[in-house]
Amino acid sequence: MNLTGEFVAFFILSVMAIGGAVFMINFTRVIHMALALAFTFFSIAGIYLLLNAEFVAVIQVLIYTGAVSILMLFGIMLTKHRDEEKGSIAPWHSVLSFIAAGAFFGIVMWIIYRTPIAGEQVDLKQFGVARLGEAVFKQYVIPFELASVLLLVALVGAVILAKKEER
Amino acid sequence: MYLTSYLALAAILFSIGLYGVLTKRNAVMVLFCIELMLNAVNINLIAFSKFGLFPNLTGQIFTLFTITVAAAEAAVGIAILIALYRNKETAEADQYNSMKG
Repeated sequence: MNLTGEFVAFFILSVMAIGGAVFMINFTRVIHMALALAFTFFSIAGIYLLLNAEFVAVIQVLIYTGAVSILMLFGIMLTKHRDEEKGSIAPWHSVLSFIAAGAFFGIVMWIIYRTPIAGEQVDLKQFGVARLGEAVFKQYVIPFELASVLLLVALVGAVILAKKEER
Repeated sequence: MYLTSYLALAAILFSIGLYGVLTKRNAVMVLFCIELMLNAVNINLIAFSKFGLFPNLTGQIFTLFTITVAAAEAAVGIAILIALYRNKETAEADQYNSMKG
């Protein structure tokens, strides 16, 4: 494999993303886990930039590294935790989970490397924010409006669920 | 060739998230791992939108909608978690066992 800039960038970004995820699994303090996951989301935004999805990369930074991480930090701080996360209930539980996740990973990788996906090289002129906006507001305008309704419903539902009940 | 490496990265992230969902006791961390799995799926969608059989913008648009739904899911999930915490005084997922037979 020749060493192009895209390959080097992909390698660094994927190592950052996987490293953040592995650290999230291994850290014992909850706040450290949240920060590691924010790092992973940030690296995934870099992966989107590599794939010519600039708008989605910016949205990823705004929503995931910004909003969702802060929301999760609120969730962490509003609930009480022992500082250290205890292990699983039974000692065989984590081993069994590891075997299940590993088997799933093996099957997926086997399928990925067996399937011949011969994609043609994409014409980069049809990508870009302007084309994306045209497609969203012309072809996909009804799902767009439905997404706004969904967000409104989620907002109202979250407020009602988290509201203190009066007895 | 490039497509397989992106798909492999997504598969690795998804498996890590699956392992976290199965083993973490803290309900907030379970939600976090679900977000990680959703992100892995988004990488797949964007990779197919550039290197797939019919590369076009639809993958990116689909990813935008997925991110919207995931944000709504995170907000409602945190709200449910806070309501549960108020009733049960704990955030450990294995303590929520009042529906156990």
